[in-house]
Amino acid sequence: MSPDPAAVSEREQKILGIIETARAKRAKFRDKRINMAHGAGGKATQSLIEGLLAPAFASDALNELADAATITTGDVELAFTTDSYVVKPMRFPGGSIGELAVNGTVNDLAVSGARPVALSLSLILEEGLGADELRAEIDAIAGAARAAGVAIATGDTKVVERGHADGMYICTTGVGRRDGRASLSPAGLRPGDRILLSGPVGEHGTAIMLARGEFELDAEIESDTCSLWPVVDALLGAAGADLHCMRDATRGGVASVLNELARAAATSMIVNEASVPIAPVVHAAAELLGIDPMYVANEGRLVAFVAPQRSDAALVALRATPGCEQAALIGEVRREPPGMVIVETSFGGRRVMDQLVGDPLPRIC
Amino acid sequence: MRFVDEFRDAELGRAVAMEILSLVEPGRQYKLMEVCGGHTHSIYKYGIDDLLPANVELVHGPGCPVCEIPMGRVDDGIAIAHTDGVIFTCFGDMMRVPGSDGSLLDAKAAGGDIRMVYSPLDALRIAKQNPDREVVFFAIGFETTAPSTALTLKRARAEGLKNFSVMCSHVTIVPPLRALLESPDLRLDGFIGPGHVSTVVGARPFQFIPADYGKPVVIAGFEPLDILQAIEMILRQLAGGRCDVENQYKRVVPFEGNLRALEVMAEVFELRPHFEWRGLGFISHSGLKLSDAYADLDAEVRFSVPGVRVADPKACQCGEVLKGVIKPWECKVFGTGCTPERPIGTCMVSSEGACAAYYNFGRFAREREVV
Repeated sequence: MSPDPAAVSEREQKILGIIETARAKRAKFRDKRINMAHGAGGKATQSLIEGLLAPAFASDALNELADAATITTGDVELAFTTDSYVVKPMRFPGGSIGELAVNGTVNDLAVSGARPVALSLSLILEEGLGADELRAEIDAIAGAARAAGVAIATGDTKVVERGHADGMYICTTGVGRRDGRASLSPAGLRPGDRILLSGPVGEHGTAIMLARGEFELDAEIESDTCSLWPVVDALLGAAGADLHCMRDATRGGVASVLNELARAAATSMIVNEASVPIAPVVHAAAELLGIDPMYVANEGRLVAFVAPQRSDAALVALRATPGCEQAALIGEVRREPPGMVIVETSFGGRRVMDQLVGDPLPRIC
Repeated sequence: MRFVDEFRDAELGRAVAMEILSLVEPGRQYKLMEVCGGHTHSIYKYGIDDLLPANVELVHGPGCPVCEIPMGRVDDGIAIAHTDGVIFTCFGDMMRVPGSDGSLLDAKAAGGDIRMVYSPLDALRIAKQNPDREVVFFAIGFETTAPSTALTLKRARAEGLKNFSVMCSHVTIVPPLRALLESPDLRLDGFIGPGHVSTVVGARPFQFIPADYGKPVVIAGFEPLDILQAIEMILRQLAGGRCDVENQYKRVVPFEGNLRALEVMAEVFELRPHFEWRGLGFISHSGLKLSDAYADLDAEVRFSVPGVRVADPKACQCGEVLKGVIKPWECKVFGTGCTPERPIGTCMVSSEGACAAYYNFGRFAREREVV
C-alpha cells in the first residue's frame, strides 16, 4: 500500500517551508579558507559579504548591498561605487581589461539611476609587463571614459614582482549624480512588475572562455562590454517613476541578479525561458560545456523592472537604443513563493532557477 | 541548434504527454526509475514532471558518476594531490565531493595543485607541458567515460610518458542495477535505461532485467522529448503486459554497443573483485582498475594512499536515495544540514545527483492533476 499522496505532498511542502526559512536567513561565513567560489558572485560570495563584511562595517549604506551606495552631503545626493578587475586574459574579442574597468564601474552607477561623473583609477602592474601592452590598456581606458562621458579624476600605480597580477589588475571607483526621474531600489519591486532584459545573454563570459583557449572551441563571439548609461537614460525617459529597479547582469549572470532581487524584496520572479534572447553561438557553447547561459556574465546588459502600465513603452525605448535591438520582456514579479525564481521551460514545465553554487568560469571580470 | 531543438519541441511534448495519459490505469501508481543522472538532470531542467500524470512517479537511480564515490576514495585523491610535485586533475563536479576532512576544492585552497579538466586528454596535455611534475588524473564514471580514459592511457603508453598516471574509480552499470533489483525494499515498475552508457555497452547487458526480474527497460536519449517518449514506451509495455528491452535512442545507441570501445576497455582495465559504492556498500565486480599491463600508470600503485574505508556520515541517507527508497526531500538532512554549497552526501554535489537536481530545480509547490 503506498502512502496517501495528499499526506506526502503536505509533508513535502512542510519540509520545503523549513528549507526556505533557513535560506532566507543571512548567510554565515564559515569556510576555513577563501576558495575560487567566493569570487563567483553566487552563494559563497553572498556568505562572504553578508556573513563577514557587512556585519563588520555596520554601515547603513553598505547594508543595502546595492550596486552603488548613496552618499548625501547637504542637498547633494551622490552615488558611489568601486570595483576591481582581474580578468584573464587581459585582451579578449570585443574588449580588454581597460574597457571593462571603466564600463563595469560606470554601469554600477548607471543602474542605480545615477549619471556617471568621475572615476578613480588604481593600476597594479606586474614587473615585466610590456610598455606597449600597458599603453594599449591606457588608451582603452581613455577611450571608454570618453565614450561614457566620465573623467578619470585621480589615480594610483603600484608594481608587484613577476608572477603576480597576471600583467595587471585594475581598481576603479566611481561617483555619479542621482537622476531625479525615478527612485530605484529592490524595495520598490511590486508584484506585477515586468522584467525587461536589454539584450542577448552570456556573450562576455563566453568570449572570455573561448579566448582562454582551454576548450579548443572556436566561434565568432565578442564581449558585450559597453557603458549602459544611454540605456538607463532611455528607460528613465520612457518609464520615469514606473521604473522600479535595475541591475547590470555581470558576474553570475541574469540568474544571479534575479535571485538577489527576489531575495532582497521577498518576492518571486517568473521567467519565460523561450523569451530570453541568446546568440546561437553562446547557446551552442553553453550546451557543449554544460553551462546555463543565464549564469554566464555580461558586461553590457541590464535587467529592468517596470510597472505593467509602462512596460511596453519602456521596451520600445530600449529597442530604439543602439545595441539593445534584441531587448525582450522575459518575465514578471510575483508574490509567491517569496525569494524564489521560477522558470517556465520552453518544453512546458517549470523549475527553480537558483543562486549559483560553484564557479563555472573563474575570473571573467 | 539543429538535431537538438527538435527534441525540445513543446508541441510534440504535449502530444506524447496525452499518449501517456491515455496509457495509465486510473488508481494505479507507477514508479519508474531513470538509471542515469543525465536523465535526472534533464527531468528537472525541463520540468518534465509537470507533463506527467500524478500517479507516474520518477525515481532517481544510481547512475550519477560522482554520487558513487565513497569518502575514502576522496581522501585517497586528496592525499595524492598533497604529494610534493603532483598536479592532480579531475572533472569539475568531483572537486566538491566531500571527503572525511574537506573536498578537493578545499585541498586546492590549502595549496594543492588541483586542476579541473574536461577530458582525460587535457590531463595528458598538462603532463606533457610539465615534464618535471607528476600528473594524476582522477578517473570517474561508468562505461560512458571509461573508454576515453582507456584511450588516454594507451596514448600515454605510446608516447612513453613517464609522469602521467590514473587513479581509476570507474564503475560498471549492471552490478549496481542487479543489487538494486535484489534489494527487498524496492518496488519499481520499469526502467528508463541509460543512453550514454548504452552507446558503449549496447542494449544486450540490460536483458537480464526483463528476463530475471520481469521489468521493462527502455533506453532513452537525454532531450526532454526522448525521456517522455521512453516513459510512454514503458507504460505501453506495462499496459500490454509485456516486458522487453527497447531502444528509444536508436539514433545513437546500436544494439551491440561500440565494439571498438569495449575492446579498448578490455585491454586497459580489469574488474576489481569488489568496489565500494557510496551508500550501497561493496558490490562485487562493479569497479574497474588498470590491468597488469598498465599497472605502471596506476596512481594507486605509484603513490601511497591511505586506502582507508571511511563510513558515511550517520545523518547521510544517500544510499536510500540512490536506491529510490526515499525521495531526496525525505532525507533527514536534506536542504538544511546538506545543501549544494555545503554537501554532506554526494547526491547533493553534482547537478546529476538526485538531491542537487531536486534542490536546485524542483524545490517548489507543484499542483498536478490527479488521474
